[in-house]
Amino acid sequence: MSIAEIRSHSLQRRRTARNRNLAGWLFIAPVMFGVLAFQIGPVLVSLFVSMTDWSGFTAPKFIGLKNYTTMFTVDADFWHSLAITAVFTVFLVFFSISIGILLALLCNQKVVGVGLFRVAFFTPVVTNVVAIGFVWFWMFEPNSGLINASLAQVGITGPLWLARPVSALVAVIIVSVWQGVGYPMIIVLSGLQAIPASYHEAAMIDGASAWQRFWWITLPLLTPTIFFLIIWQVISSFQVFGLIYVMTSGGPANATNVLIFQIYQAAFSQGRLGYAAAMGWILFLIVGLFTAVQWGLEKRWVFYDE
Amino acid sequence: MRLLKRTVPAFQEAQPPANRQRKKPFPKRQIITYAALIVVGLVLVLPMIWMISASLKPESEVLETPPNFFPSQLRLDNYANAWSRIAPYFWNSIKLAAINISFLLLFASLAAYAFARIEFRGKNVAFALLLATAMLPGIVYLIPQYIIFRDIGWIDTYYPLWVPRVLTPVFGTFLLRQAFKGIPKELEEAAVLDGCSLFSTYWRIMLPQVKPALAAVAVLTFMESWNDLFGPLIFLNSNELQTMPVALALFHGEYFTQTSLLMAAATLTVIPPLALFLLTQKYFIQGTVMSGMKG
Repeated sequence: MSIAEIRSHSLQRRRTARNRNLAGWLFIAPVMFGVLAFQIGPVLVSLFVSMTDWSGFTAPKFIGLKNYTTMFTVDADFWHSLAITAVFTVFLVFFSISIGILLALLCNQKVVGVGLFRVAFFTPVVTNVVAIGFVWFWMFEPNSGLINASLAQVGITGPLWLARPVSALVAVIIVSVWQGVGYPMIIVLSGLQAIPASYHEAAMIDGASAWQRFWWITLPLLTPTIFFLIIWQVISSFQVFGLIYVMTSGGPANATNVLIFQIYQAAFSQGRLGYAAAMGWILFLIVGLFTAVQWGLEKRWVFYDE
Repeated sequence: MRLLKRTVPAFQEAQPPANRQRKKPFPKRQIITYAALIVVGLVLVLPMIWMISASLKPESEVLETPPNFFPSQLRLDNYANAWSRIAPYFWNSIKLAAINISFLLLFASLAAYAFARIEFRGKNVAFALLLATAMLPGIVYLIPQYIIFRDIGWIDTYYPLWVPRVLTPVFGTFLLRQAFKGIPKELEEAAVLDGCSLFSTYWRIMLPQVKPALAAVAVLTFMESWNDLFGPLIFLNSNELQTMPVALALFHGEYFTQTSLLMAAATLTVIPPLALFLLTQKYFIQGTVMSGMKG
C-alpha cells in the first residue's frame, strides 16, 4: 500500500467517523433536547426559584436560603408532613414488598390456570387512580360502606376510616398497597424464575424442608431483586399523589398531608412557588440521599450468585 | 421478542421440570394452592367487582345494608346516563393518548436505534444522562415547567400534556434499545451493502423488526397518558379540554350526585386501560419488567 493510499484510507475513515458522530447525535437530538429543556433545565431553574419569594405573577424576589430556614425552623406543617411521609413510606415499602413476595411465591406454583391468576393479581396496577379512589372512598364510608357494613355483619363496629386521622392514614396505605402490589409481585416472579431448579433439587436431596429452601436459597437469591424494589418503592412512595387527592385531600387535620401534596398545594393553590420549589428540592434530596445510602449498604446484604 | 423472553423468564410458560424425580403432584397441596389463589384473587379484584355491581344497580339499592353484590335488576341506563356526561372527556383522553403514542414511538425509537447501533462520540454519557433523569421526582421540574409554559402561552392547551412527555421517553428508549440490540447485525450489514442510508436502514429494515417492543412501549405510553393526573390538573383551565379521569375528579359533585352513576362513570374510566392491559398483557408485563429492571 502506498503512502497516498494509506492517507486516503485514513482520511476516509476519519470522515466516516465524523459522519457517524453527526448521525448519532441527529438520531438522539429530539430526546436530548427534551431532557435538557423539560427536565434538567427546569430542575436547575427550580433551584433558583427555591431561593426566591415568588407568587408567579410579580417579579421573583431573591431571598437566599430563607425558604429553607423557614421550612426547618418555623413551619410546623412541614415537619408534620415529613413525618407523615416517612410513616407512609415505611409501611408502604414494607407491606407492598413483603406481600409482593408472597403473591409471587403463590403465582409461581405449577398449577393449571395460574397464569390467569397472575393477570388478575396485576389488574389493580392498571386501574385509574381517580376512579378507583372514588370506589375505595365509598367502600370506607363509615356506615353503609362495604367494609364497615361487612364488619357489622360479624358484629364488629368498624373505625370511622377517612374521618379520623390515624385510620385515614391506614386507609390510604391499604389502598396504595392494594393498587401497587402487582408490580413487586411481577418483578419478584421474574426473579424467582431465574433461580436454577438444580439448587432446589440439590437441597431437597439433602432433605431440606420447603421453609429451609425458601430461607436459605430463594431469599438470598432474591436480594438483588428486593434491593431494586426497595429503591424503586421508596422513590414512588414519595410521589403518591392521586389517591390522596381523591380520597382525603390531605385531611383530616392534615393526617394524610404527605410532602408531595403539601408541595402541590403550596405551588398551585396558595401561589407560593418559591417555597414549593424549596420543598421539592428537599424531597429530591431525601430521595437521592436514601438511594445513595442504599447503594452504600448494598454489599452488606445483597447477594449476587456469580 | 426472543430477547425479552430470555431476559424475562416470568413470562415464559411454566415448564414442568423435565426428568425430575418427584412424587405425583400432591392433590392436597394443589387444593390449598387453588384456595389461596382464589381468596387472594377475590380480595384483589373485589373493589372492581363492587364498582361494577353498584354501577348496574338502581340507586335505591346502592346503599343497602347488608351489602349485596347482585342487583335486583340490571340498570344499563346508568351507563347511558354517565356516558352522556363524560363522553367529550373520553374523546379528549383518546386524542391525547394517540398523539402521545405516535410521537413518543418516533422519538424513542430514533434515539434507541442510535444508542443500540451507531458508534458515536459521547454516546455513553448521553445515555447515562437520559437514564439518570428517571430518578428525578416530577414535582421538582413541574413548577418551573408551569412557569415556562405560562410564559410561552401553553397553559390551557394540550402542548404541555404531550410535548414534554414525547421528548423525554426514558423507558421507551431503554426498552427499544434492548430490542434493537437483539436483532442480528447481518441484517443491517446487508442493507448497508445495498446502499441503504442510515436513516432508511432504521426506518425500513430495523423498525419492523422490533414491532413487539414498539407495542409494549405504545401500551405503557397509553397508560401513562390516560392516567396522568398532575398534568391536566395543573396545565388546563377550560372545562371542555379536560381529560376523562380529571373530569371525573373535578366535576363528580356536579354530574354524578348519585353513587350508581358515579360508579358507572368510574367503570367507564377504568375500562380502556384495563381492556388494553387484558388484550396485550404479555407485552405489557414484559415491558413493565424490562423498564423496571434497568435499576
